[in-house]
Amino acid sequence: MSARKSDIPKIRVRNLHKRFGRNVVLDGLNLDVGSAESVVVIGGSGSGKSVLLKCILGLIEPEDGSIEIDGRPVIGLPPAEREIINRKFGMLFQAGALFDSLRVWENVAFGLIQGESMDRAQAKEIATAKLAAVGLSEAVGELWPAELSGGMKKRVGLARAIATEPEIIFFDEPTTGLDPIMADVINDLIVKCVRELGATALSITHDMASARKIADRIAMLYKGTIIWNGATDEIDRSENEFVDQFIHGRAEGPIRMEVRAR
Amino acid sequence: MNVLQPIGRAFRGFLEATGRLTLFAVVSVSHCVRPPVYPRLIGRQLVDIGYYSLPVVGLTTLFSGMVLALQSYAGLDRAVAESVIPRIVVQSITRELSPVLSGLMVAGRIGAAMAAEIGTMRVTEQIDALTTLSTNPHKYLIAPRLIAGLTMLPLLVLVGDVIGVFGGYLVSVYKLGFNPAIFLKFTWENVDAIDLTSGLVKAACFGFIVALLGCYNGYHSRGGAQGVGAATTNAVVSASILILVSNYLITEMFFGK
Repeated sequence: MSARKSDIPKIRVRNLHKRFGRNVVLDGLNLDVGSAESVVVIGGSGSGKSVLLKCILGLIEPEDGSIEIDGRPVIGLPPAEREIINRKFGMLFQAGALFDSLRVWENVAFGLIQGESMDRAQAKEIATAKLAAVGLSEAVGELWPAELSGGMKKRVGLARAIATEPEIIFFDEPTTGLDPIMADVINDLIVKCVRELGATALSITHDMASARKIADRIAMLYKGTIIWNGATDEIDRSENEFVDQFIHGRAEGPIRMEVRAR
Repeated sequence: MNVLQPIGRAFRGFLEATGRLTLFAVVSVSHCVRPPVYPRLIGRQLVDIGYYSLPVVGLTTLFSGMVLALQSYAGLDRAVAESVIPRIVVQSITRELSPVLSGLMVAGRIGAAMAAEIGTMRVTEQIDALTTLSTNPHKYLIAPRLIAGLTMLPLLVLVGDVIGVFGGYLVSVYKLGFNPAIFLKFTWENVDAIDLTSGLVKAACFGFIVALLGCYNGYHSRGGAQGVGAATTNAVVSASILILVSNYLITEMFFGK
């Protein structure tokens, strides 16, 4: 599938710079994500993938560059307007980030109750339906997050991310820490949920199996910029030695992992 | 020249921290007074801070009142003790001991719990998750705790006042053999509005300090379990010190000449 073109990309990132102290994490990054497109950003550990997501979500303020959502610049918006933009977003966090003081169904319904001021009974119904969509029974909804296994936490996180039917969903390493079979189940669920909602998806991962499964387009992040970007089925013919080394998982190659004692 | 450098750096760090804390307080307080409010969350904090701190505050003030009576008696003439000890007990308890000791105990109990809970939420990305779910963490997490701290500590101190005086009564009557009616009479005559008011103003201020520093340290914790541990320690230590400093300032304001 080729990248869908539209006049205004859903997410447009231009010349993004972010550093922490002397450590330059993002160094002039450019990325477009079209409407209803699923883009996966791959890259090694510590390559700045999470920082990119957090910049788009407004959790981290970049030093330089622009981020546009639906053509609207969002960096430096006052908190109240930022909250309105954030209603378009759903996010699946790496470790789930479920609120452990709330029951599972309250977690899933959180965006509906707090964000959209829906009444609890109605929100519970929707939460139960969303839990069913990720393959969890109503009984699970009454449990506490601490009682769930890793795979169940990811499913609940996914249900929470899709509960408000967002236009854009972010996936932060959706398969990390899962066995290969559960990882594939989660990948299938992600593809299904994103398709059903017609949502735009931006994921970050270093799991190539996951990337191939959920991406329309893959972009590779290295040293703070996107060094390659193309349709998923082109990645094996990228003729980019950085990409080749990464997708085949070779220790030898142009990418030198900085392994040193701290 | 090099001797001055670390001093300057430490001083600048102190000013930065003060500025950050002030900014944090302003933002959080502004969320306390703007809708939406979360009655459910405020209620839970009220119960947590108010109700569940009762045993700690009760025990602390009870034994303080008891020891006050005992120590004062040692230094007094039997003839005047019966009229002076009730006054010493009621004034010390309402002005100083009940607010300060309750404040310190609540700092240990509540400030630490707040820092640990919010700190854990920070390092497990739950605070980021709140933001992505269009919920302001200041409003959802911090405002309810500030409101509860500000309102519950004066109530706790009021209860502590009564229990503290009762401690003095117990020792005076059952150990020193005072006449109960006379003890109560002198106690009542020495209950002063300004003592109670100053004590309650202190309590409200301490409650705010405990909640603010618990939330602030938790909110800015980083780096996993160790970071949360450090945040908890900082919350208790900084709240305790600020309580003692502000106690002096408020006392100066009420009673200083």
